Amino acid sequence: MDFGLTKSEKEMQKAAKAFAKGEFDKDMSLELDKKKEFPTKVWEKAGELGFIGMHFSEECSGQDLGLMESCIVIEEFCRKDSTLGSTLAFSSYGSESILKYGSDELKKKFLPEVAEGRMLSSCAFKENGKGYNFKSLSTTAVRDGDEWIINGEKTYVLNGGSAGFYTVLCQTDSDADITKGLSMFLVEADREGLVADDVGEKLGLRMIKTATIKLNNVRVPASNLIGNEGSGYKQIQEFFDINRIIIAAQAVGMAQGAFDRALDYVKQREQFGKKIAQFQITGHKIANLSTTITQIRLLTYNAAWNYDQGKNDSKLTAMAKLASTKAAVDVAAEAIQLFGGYGFMTEYEVERYYRDSKVIEIFEGNRGVQRDAIGKDVIGKIKK
Amino acid sequence: MEILKYTEEHEKYREKLRVFFEKEVTPYADKWEEDHAVPKEVWRKVGQAGLLCPLVPEEYGGIGGDFSHVVVYMEEFAKTKQSGLMLTLHNDIVVPYILAYGTEEVKKKYLPKCVSGECITAVAMTEPAVGSDLSGMETTAVEDGDEIIINGNKTFISNGHVSDLVIVAARNSEIDDPYSGISLYLVEDGTPGFERGEKFDKLGMRSQDTAELFFNNCRIPKENMLGTKGGGFIMLMEKLQQERLCAAIGGVVGSEAIIKELIEFCQKTIVDGKPLSKSQAIRFELVEMATEVKLGRTFMETLIYDHIDGQNVVVETSMLKSWGTDLLNDHVNRALEIMGDYATLEESVLVRGFRDSRITTIFAGTNEIMKQVAAQFMGI
Repeated sequence: MDFGLTKSEKEMQKAAKAFAKGEFDKDMSLELDKKKEFPTKVWEKAGELGFIGMHFSEECSGQDLGLMESCIVIEEFCRKDSTLGSTLAFSSYGSESILKYGSDELKKKFLPEVAEGRMLSSCAFKENGKGYNFKSLSTTAVRDGDEWIINGEKTYVLNGGSAGFYTVLCQTDSDADITKGLSMFLVEADREGLVADDVGEKLGLRMIKTATIKLNNVRVPASNLIGNEGSGYKQIQEFFDINRIIIAAQAVGMAQGAFDRALDYVKQREQFGKKIAQFQITGHKIANLSTTITQIRLLTYNAAWNYDQGKNDSKLTAMAKLASTKAAVDVAAEAIQLFGGYGFMTEYEVERYYRDSKVIEIFEGNRGVQRDAIGKDVIGKIKK
Repeated sequence: MEILKYTEEHEKYREKLRVFFEKEVTPYADKWEEDHAVPKEVWRKVGQAGLLCPLVPEEYGGIGGDFSHVVVYMEEFAKTKQSGLMLTLHNDIVVPYILAYGTEEVKKKYLPKCVSGECITAVAMTEPAVGSDLSGMETTAVEDGDEIIINGNKTFISNGHVSDLVIVAARNSEIDDPYSGISLYLVEDGTPGFERGEKFDKLGMRSQDTAELFFNNCRIPKENMLGTKGGGFIMLMEKLQQERLCAAIGGVVGSEAIIKELIEFCQKTIVDGKPLSKSQAIRFELVEMATEVKLGRTFMETLIYDHIDGQNVVVETSMLKSWGTDLLNDHVNRALEIMGDYATLEESVLVRGFRDSRITTIFAGTNEIMKQVAAQFMGI
């Protein structure tokens, strides 16, 4: 058992730190967050330098690296800036299905675009009134000769309206068992009949667009089917496995970033004749926060490492998402408290960490969803 | 069992507030939030409706209400789904300084206008380097004949832009003791040398015009000193009690509003064919939250009862300010989490609560200071 980072991981960490330091400008970020604008320049540059889709194969403009390296980079990005970090982490959102199940044609056509920072990807799976178990989706895909006709509506689609394509989870056989009745399709954003309705202002992650995606008789060629017909359920589960780790890594970075700022502040700010850091209670708060961050980092790295070893463990992934995002919110809240009135002010950034971490805590399955998954997995089948 | 007894007069007042807020405040909450400001006319309207400053006696144009009016007020206010129109600050925190420490002349001059809404107030204690610890105050007040010259910067001042009259804490730099040199001064809008900075961008209370105030050789007449010279610190500490009590009440009634909203949401939101409220885990959590709110309500009512009864409630006020505002934040965090994806949108009403409530554990004395005060007065 080795808890140290490998040489390659250390190199990526160093590169990510340098990139964030050079490219993430605080004033720019405050401005973009306020105006709810996408950080186009930073994204393009991250793509050019290979920070997007690092785990893609080299033919797809990736670096053939593990999820562990991705997590380390995402952590550093979110540490430096919660919103810019998440925006970059989600710029290849939903591409994993194509990477793992897509035809060579789809891979070659879309993945390099994503990895090089020229196109955003997205995944549309959630529906209004439906939870995360995807029993009988109302979005359907019906075969018509060489094409599929897709109808339905997907909610809370990240990068909705700005993505170049969506991987859309559809019901292809309503009579079949859930493990066979769903299929995944790549739908280009400019297909006729696809409309993205922006959800409007959000609590956090304001640089990323979120939309409801409406599909009205959208026709896609049969070659847009990702993987086999009926493999959608398997794909969405695998998507969650990888993506929940990516979210957990964001949370670790956000927690660390909020903590860094609070730690600097308590060492500078004086009240009652001494630095706030010199009060015992501040020391204990700092101790608790560091302990929490160390815990969630270990858990998240463990989940990522496991994934890279090919022994994926869904419950570990869900645990990482559950614990890390909750911790990030708690750390950011305590950071605001340590900053006092300044913490409430946008300029001091920790308020943005608080809002952004709250969004990733809820996003892609809140605590209830994660606990359902973990509990089910741990308890296993009950003998009758 | 009801701990607090309301008279028919209180209930009438509640009804009047409810009707007014429903018509003139709640429908505009979203717009004010978008505009990052509450128009000044709204304050005038509240005043014209006779709903400002319940504690001001009739001789100064008020209704001569008691603290139960304040409680009723805060309960109804919590239903308006906004906090930018910071009525409590004016009514129960700033105006009471004038009421308690103003000379007859000052009271006659300002109080009727405070009641009518022509004079909106703010209090300026905090400075860039002065938060919990007032002893480092750098704003100075120097006597010059019949005038007083104020110099310094104040920050995070609520009602920073909308205020017509500001109570400014400043110190006499000739006095070494950092506490006995502080006095309070009334500075009117438009006084030369008094400028206001830009409104701050902040996490919540976006329609509230929190701003910096600058005093640069700002001259005011000597009569505008409030209370006794050098008595500023004592006056602030005394009045902070009611401010903290209000913050404590805000925490509890805010939590009540959240659990109500949350239960309604869980009952009407159907996921996979059944309401969220039928999920066992969610039901349990709702019950836990409701239990905590009830505990808070009981503590709060006992505290208010004792406060009205004139007992010393410094310890209990500090406890509930800290516990109640922590409760509020904990509950709104849990509420968003239970609601799921919808709670990430600004259109969902509790998002504003999530953003606004974060300051409550900091303002009116941070919760760390509250524990410090409680420990001291508990003699431990």
